[in-house]
Amino acid sequence: MNTMGAFNKFFTAIIILIPFFVLSQKEYFPTNSGVKVVNEPYKAFVNATIVVNSEKTIENGTLIFRDGKIIDVGSGIKIPKNSIVIDKKDKFVYPSFIETTSSMSVKEAKRLAYSTRSAMYGPTREGFYWNDHILSDYRAYLDYKYDTNKAKELRASGFGVVNTHRSNGIHSGTGILLALSDSSNENQRVLSNNSTEFYSFTRNALSNQSYPTSIMGSMALIRQFFHDLEWYSKGQAKNKDYAIEAAIRNISMPKIWNSGSNLNFLRALKISKELDIPFAVVGSGLEYMDLNAIRQYKNKLIIPVNFPAAYDVSDPDLTKKISLGSLREWNQAPSNLYMLEKNNIQFSVTSSGLKKKSELLPNLRKAIRRGLSTKLALDALTVNPASILKVKGVTGELTKGSYANFLVTSKPIFDDKSEIYENWVLGEKHVVKKENKETPKNKVAVNDTIKKADKKPKVIDFVPVTFPNKAYGNKSIPQSENMIIRNATVWTNEDEGILQNTDVAVSNGVIVEIGQNLENNNGSKEIDGTNKHLTAGVIDEHSHIAASSINESGHNSSAEVTIADVINPNDISIYRTLSGGVTTIQILHGSANPIGGQSAIVKLKWGETAENMLMKDAAKFIKFALGENVKQSNWSSYTRFPQSRMGVEQVYVDFFQRAKEYGEQWDKYNNLSKRAKSKIPKPRYDIEMEVVWEILRGERHISCHSYVQSEINMLMKVAESFGIKINTFTHILEGYKVATKMAKHGAGGSSFSDWWAYKYEVIDAIPYNGPILTEAGVTVAYNSDNAEMIRRLNQEAAKAVKYGGLSEEEAWKYVTLNPAKLLRIDDKVGSIAIGKHADLVIWSHNPLSIYAVAEKTIIEGAIFYDYSKLDEKIDQNEKEREIIITQLKEAKKSGAKTQPAPVIDKRYFECETIDIVNENVQ
Amino acid sequence: MFFGTSYSQQVPGKEQSESILISNGTIHIGNGDLLENAFVGFDKGKINYVSTEQPDMDYEINIDAANKHIYPGFIALNTSLGLGEIDAVRATIDEDEIGDFLPHVRSIIAYNAESKVVETLRMNGVLLSQIAPNGGIISGSSSVVQLDAWNWEDAVIRYDQGIHLNWPSPYSRSGYSYYRGPSVIKKSDKYESNVEEIKNFFDSSKAYLNDPNPNPVSLPYKAMSSVFSGNATVFLHANNEKQITDGVKFLQDQKIKNIVVVGGTNSLEAGDFLADNNIKIALEQPHNLPSMEDEDVKSRFRLASQLINKGVTVAVDATGQMTRMNTRNLPFFAGSFAAYGVEKEKAVETITLNAAKVLGIEDNYGSIEVGKSATLFISHGDALDMRTNNLSHAYIDGREVSLETNQTKLWQRYKKKVEEEKKQ
Repeated sequence: MNTMGAFNKFFTAIIILIPFFVLSQKEYFPTNSGVKVVNEPYKAFVNATIVVNSEKTIENGTLIFRDGKIIDVGSGIKIPKNSIVIDKKDKFVYPSFIETTSSMSVKEAKRLAYSTRSAMYGPTREGFYWNDHILSDYRAYLDYKYDTNKAKELRASGFGVVNTHRSNGIHSGTGILLALSDSSNENQRVLSNNSTEFYSFTRNALSNQSYPTSIMGSMALIRQFFHDLEWYSKGQAKNKDYAIEAAIRNISMPKIWNSGSNLNFLRALKISKELDIPFAVVGSGLEYMDLNAIRQYKNKLIIPVNFPAAYDVSDPDLTKKISLGSLREWNQAPSNLYMLEKNNIQFSVTSSGLKKKSELLPNLRKAIRRGLSTKLALDALTVNPASILKVKGVTGELTKGSYANFLVTSKPIFDDKSEIYENWVLGEKHVVKKENKETPKNKVAVNDTIKKADKKPKVIDFVPVTFPNKAYGNKSIPQSENMIIRNATVWTNEDEGILQNTDVAVSNGVIVEIGQNLENNNGSKEIDGTNKHLTAGVIDEHSHIAASSINESGHNSSAEVTIADVINPNDISIYRTLSGGVTTIQILHGSANPIGGQSAIVKLKWGETAENMLMKDAAKFIKFALGENVKQSNWSSYTRFPQSRMGVEQVYVDFFQRAKEYGEQWDKYNNLSKRAKSKIPKPRYDIEMEVVWEILRGERHISCHSYVQSEINMLMKVAESFGIKINTFTHILEGYKVATKMAKHGAGGSSFSDWWAYKYEVIDAIPYNGPILTEAGVTVAYNSDNAEMIRRLNQEAAKAVKYGGLSEEEAWKYVTLNPAKLLRIDDKVGSIAIGKHADLVIWSHNPLSIYAVAEKTIIEGAIFYDYSKLDEKIDQNEKEREIIITQLKEAKKSGAKTQPAPVIDKRYFECETIDIVNENVQ
Repeated sequence: MFFGTSYSQQVPGKEQSESILISNGTIHIGNGDLLENAFVGFDKGKINYVSTEQPDMDYEINIDAANKHIYPGFIALNTSLGLGEIDAVRATIDEDEIGDFLPHVRSIIAYNAESKVVETLRMNGVLLSQIAPNGGIISGSSSVVQLDAWNWEDAVIRYDQGIHLNWPSPYSRSGYSYYRGPSVIKKSDKYESNVEEIKNFFDSSKAYLNDPNPNPVSLPYKAMSSVFSGNATVFLHANNEKQITDGVKFLQDQKIKNIVVVGGTNSLEAGDFLADNNIKIALEQPHNLPSMEDEDVKSRFRLASQLINKGVTVAVDATGQMTRMNTRNLPFFAGSFAAYGVEKEKAVETITLNAAKVLGIEDNYGSIEVGKSATLFISHGDALDMRTNNLSHAYIDGREVSLETNQTKLWQRYKKKVEEEKKQ
């Protein structure tokens, strides 16, 4: 991805002038309704407290404006004679707020009916990009109609300028910048009809083009689009592409990315860094959970303040179903802005996501009670959004020459009882709330309201954030400790075999000593392993937990997507899997396509960021798949090639051949002198081809979903014809029929122990598969593919003893050393040897036994799971639930609105899970 | 591997013609007791001797089981064995019929005794099973079979021994959206009308059955007669406390004598109620994930011991992911319960005598006691542990049963192929 930096430099050289504010009288328009010259008087506010910006407040100040702009501001300044003077004694004047991300006044894209019958692979538009979900040429101005009701609602919450767009498409096109001035006409109101570009993870609702079906596909698509932009801009395309051309024109325009969720927020930041394009990213309001990950980015952030409503906890049965994570969100989310500020992270605030815009100020006040400074609160609504929209100095402050956009309030705006009386936009007055000057008639009522108003809203106790921020999260991420595990039965997986009464010492995350009566001369933690078994951590070659999506099924090859983009470090499955002694997994792409996506090898470091979970220096893998899934035989789909095993072979030959030619083209280009290079066009950079080319160069290895002997044999032959090997056949339930062929080819097998009969192609699957393959000399692992079974892979290994009579020592390697070998990480993990990662499990019994319980699961010397503390954790969860439920009951008593119990719908992915990103992320 | 007499696949064992004595083994009686260095003898299909003393009488066949373990045949509850073969191939599936109230729909006639899935259970010690239909409100009636037969008629042990009632959920979910995050759960506004519908069916059946000469004949109502007479059990499929207590109370009001709860995913809170009312439970097998994020990560493993400690009679419902082919892991479901708190012999009881009680066949099956059917097997080690579950002999009603399957045949065929190719 390093080409991107250079690419961005290329584009920064293009300077595009955006004609911003042409605000003034329409002096060149003829008039036929009277005399043309109008001498507009000045307006002057006097005696006001004028908040110019968060740094400067003028007491007893004067503000002069005319023709929609501020003429002067200060204390004791000269007021022109032709002025209308307005006394604003005891009033406060603030710059009106700026909304960066709205969809007001733009017609929504109405979703097409989705047909599952036959997927559509081509685009519907001609003359544009190959993918309908890239709408870079779309301009919201085409679907714009000023909506006075929405404008009124936004003005009532303090907004004067709004950047609006159509939220539709991964590239959603450009937005428009509007001043919310009802009496102006469009020439004045529309400050820019091409203001910023908008991006999202959401597909174009107006097209059913299949690709991308997943978040990772959306990410790959954006990357490829920017590569294509660079290539196209050098005039190399043989065709016209108006979508790319629009994006090239808009390259220096501010870019806003609606991310939609806390994980997608981090994904947008990641891509932004990779492409070296400074997207402003719209968050989820839950950023406080991910501060560790967010800190490293310098992007401008746009943060919603749509705090969760209180949950209805009146029914104990339903209340039980609300997760601690959800309960915490209610308790913690109002502190989000404060937590960001505390960590020196600047941001803008958006009202998007609020059901009613009138909740904006009350919610911000809530945030202020939680610790947010009023300075940042104001900046977040004024100068910070102005800076995102590149209109700093134009609006957002009450300085000379700025638009006359300001609020008149009864008190400092963030005071609980402050009211907005007027919202002036482009010098036009809009009354928000009439000032109540009369003395109230009913004295009792007044006292009552005063009493009520005096009652400060109670600030609830903030429950601490854990890592991850849900049940079973830790207060801090477990750290590597020096430790000696003493007197255990140690399954080394090395030549030493199983050692009795042996000590293992760990330091700095690695195994440093193995022996008896080891000396403890560095104050290592002592762990008694008497009557216990100590093994290397269990490794799963084939898993689909801890990911937000698994299949990109939009194309028959999706080599360009990577699971590393969609790791979900908050998945409860991680903790459950640790409870089964598993320390390392390969998260594989699903089996929807002959060529799937790139995999991620991760350590199950519960609470760490996605990035820190990735195993360092791990080999690179890609998922391939054969058989029923890729030919789409078990559901109604008849339009995609391949529909038969015959077609599958040709997909591979086609892609390998193309990648070979692609590579030759680049090799040839890269070998040219600098001078020669400048004379010929640079080849097009194609992420998918790059990845397949890596395979041909032996830099990326294949793990192929496979069942039936014919296709296994076929793939080995295709690979051999391109001079490569299949690293691993995964599932491989008929591997036993071609065991010697696999051994000769050099392929490994990662099998289920005893699964079969779930589809026709596994009718001949037998639990003796592993031992036969072992007998033939194939490296064999047993894998899970399943969030439940992954917790007891130790028992699955025992089935190789039961079915096929493998020795216990060899069977144990099926879930430790052998998967490490198949993943090419056996130099780091998979056995207990000096210098290897201290990924260890202490078992109560022989680990192959049904009675074995994983008591401690240790990764790189840090204890990530401790069975002896499980009950304590469950109690803590319960206590915290009680605390928050009590708070919720009190909130309801004091009038908070409630929402019904949310339920976490956990989805468990397997190979065949197809996810469709058709939901609107916002 | 050690096979007894080597029968070809799928040839059911012949009737016991010679008396057999198994000596010096550890006998897991099935009722929670254990006899070490003990003897079990059987003849003409019936157990006629169980003791730690050597018998006086002579047996025609003597099997030394020193260091080996003898168990009653394990019993799988609530399975669709033989009603389906390959999950993804619809044409092979016969487990769910159209309609809500189908007590007249009988699983037994669709049971494929020669299913290749069924044969794989025997070699792990699972010798009997309840074959139950799925779906609807009353799914149909289940029967009990032994797993070594030419056809369903030979297989059956007890016809139409129960009907399966799926109790409605008191909650309804709405607003599911993966990307929008959590959906919302509410009290179901249909719950009461759903329960009322069940009541109507029971009341109407009862009224119909009061008429000695009904005209016209109603097949569904007629099929309820064995339920009201107490000859058939109502298997109440219910998961949470409210479903369980509402369902059981309803059936008690209907004067149903035999009630068994099936499932019970979140049944802990109903534990005392079940114990007080003496209601047995076929508890969902433990190879399932917790249903809620906060739930104890070990909840499914621990639930059996928690219920047993409350005094509930617990058996094991074999339902789960890929339920038919995974039913061969029934012994390990019980083993998992033993790993998390259930005393080992009590764990054996959950898939033997307690399961027989659930099916009403405990007079003849479920334990190794004199007078009962000789349905038992010999394992080289602890049969609840996959590490040691390894059968040498299995008997159903005294017939020696083949431990061979299509899978063992494929194993031997290809093992030989690999060995020969390696020599080259």
